[in-house]
Amino acid sequence: MVTIAGVNKHFGDLHALKDIDLTVDDGEVVVLIGPSGSGKSTLCRTINRLETVDSGTITVNGKPLPAEGRALANLRADVGMVFQHFNLFAHLTVLQNITLGPIKVRRTPKAKADERARQLLERVGLADKADAFPSQLSGGQQQRVAIARGLAMDPKLMMFDEPTSALDPEMINEVLDVMQDLAREGMTMVVVTHEMGFARRAANRVVFMAEGQIVEVAPPDEFFDNPQTERAQDFLSKVMSH
Amino acid sequence: MFDNFDLMIEALGAGMWTTVWVTLTSYAIALAIGMVLVVMHVSPAFPARWAANAYTQLFRNVPLLAVLFIMYFGLPKVGIVADNWVWALLGLGMYTGAFVGETMRSGINSIPLGQAEAARSLGLTFGQSLSTVILPQSVRAVIPPLGSLLIALVKNSALVLAIGVPELTARSRRLIEDTQSRFDLWGVIICVTVGYLLIALVLSYLVRIAEKRTAFVR
Repeated sequence: MVTIAGVNKHFGDLHALKDIDLTVDDGEVVVLIGPSGSGKSTLCRTINRLETVDSGTITVNGKPLPAEGRALANLRADVGMVFQHFNLFAHLTVLQNITLGPIKVRRTPKAKADERARQLLERVGLADKADAFPSQLSGGQQQRVAIARGLAMDPKLMMFDEPTSALDPEMINEVLDVMQDLAREGMTMVVVTHEMGFARRAANRVVFMAEGQIVEVAPPDEFFDNPQTERAQDFLSKVMSH
Repeated sequence: MFDNFDLMIEALGAGMWTTVWVTLTSYAIALAIGMVLVVMHVSPAFPARWAANAYTQLFRNVPLLAVLFIMYFGLPKVGIVADNWVWALLGLGMYTGAFVGETMRSGINSIPLGQAEAARSLGLTFGQSLSTVILPQSVRAVIPPLGSLLIALVKNSALVLAIGVPELTARSRRLIEDTQSRFDLWGVIICVTVGYLLIALVLSYLVRIAEKRTAFVR
């Protein structure tokens, strides 16, 4: 589904991504973890070219990422993205947020798009919020709408960039539950998160990053029970201590 | 004070009418220019951004009166001939358009980057993100400053008297300079002031309505 080969990225003097190689197979859930500033969000954002790379190649579904333009727009339509800060369209209702993509990009008739949007809202447990505006929802509700918005495009891949980091603790689970259902249904997912419990339960592979490099890649049980590198041991000892 | 009141009202009424339609027409031109400028400003294409910036710097930094003179006296010399009211509308419109463009650009900049990222992630093209996500939100933010530009334009429109367009100020000057001295200076001044106030207040009220109409829940 996604092949990343030899990718480097700089922000000024900061070498944000160092020789990254990573593949994500169909139906696989890959969870990126690591300390802040390790480059995991940046890596996630390069996959649909919200960040450009300085060198290396990224292919999605066998096709190299095109330059900005219609071809890239078409590719992005197949890649769902969920952001840390939800980024729901503030001037549109929940229903309009979900149907905008299908109507404008997929040319789905409005009635059909509405129907599908209501099904998705039902699925994320927000059937009664169709006509609300984003600002009237809690963070957890907004993030579930954002997931529904991504799913409405029938994406081949869903990416989550720290989807629960901006949420109050009691709202984190309602979002993780939706994500875990998705994973169980076989959605291909790339998830950047600090939720170690989720990583353990839902991931096929855990990718541990530090200082712009991939330090360790392993199935979750292996990674959490028996981390191989000192860097990962150190990180886990800090996040797991309480 | 208000000698020959009916004559005065007739002349000033005609002037007011001219001021109103010159203002509204040139404002429509300014909005169209501003819209084009702002799309160019945020465009990924460098030449478009450069051209928008050049236009803005040119029209923002030359006095409006000079713009009108260049058009009215200068352009006919290079073979571009048009009536004075055409230059009045174009001069006011192109000058104000530069300010409208900057105002709209600040409106776009006030929209969080995440909105554009979310739009692009859905597969919307640059134009679609702009027209369905970014502009509708920024329009709401810029209605008050755009309203201020409209009010400023009402007053700036007085400058077209210099190229012979008989708007409100031009008409009042004729009354003051009346060869038979039929009109009292203060009477004319008061009526002109009331005339401009009326126009500006009505337009401000309309702007307020537009602001309320486009407000959304935050």
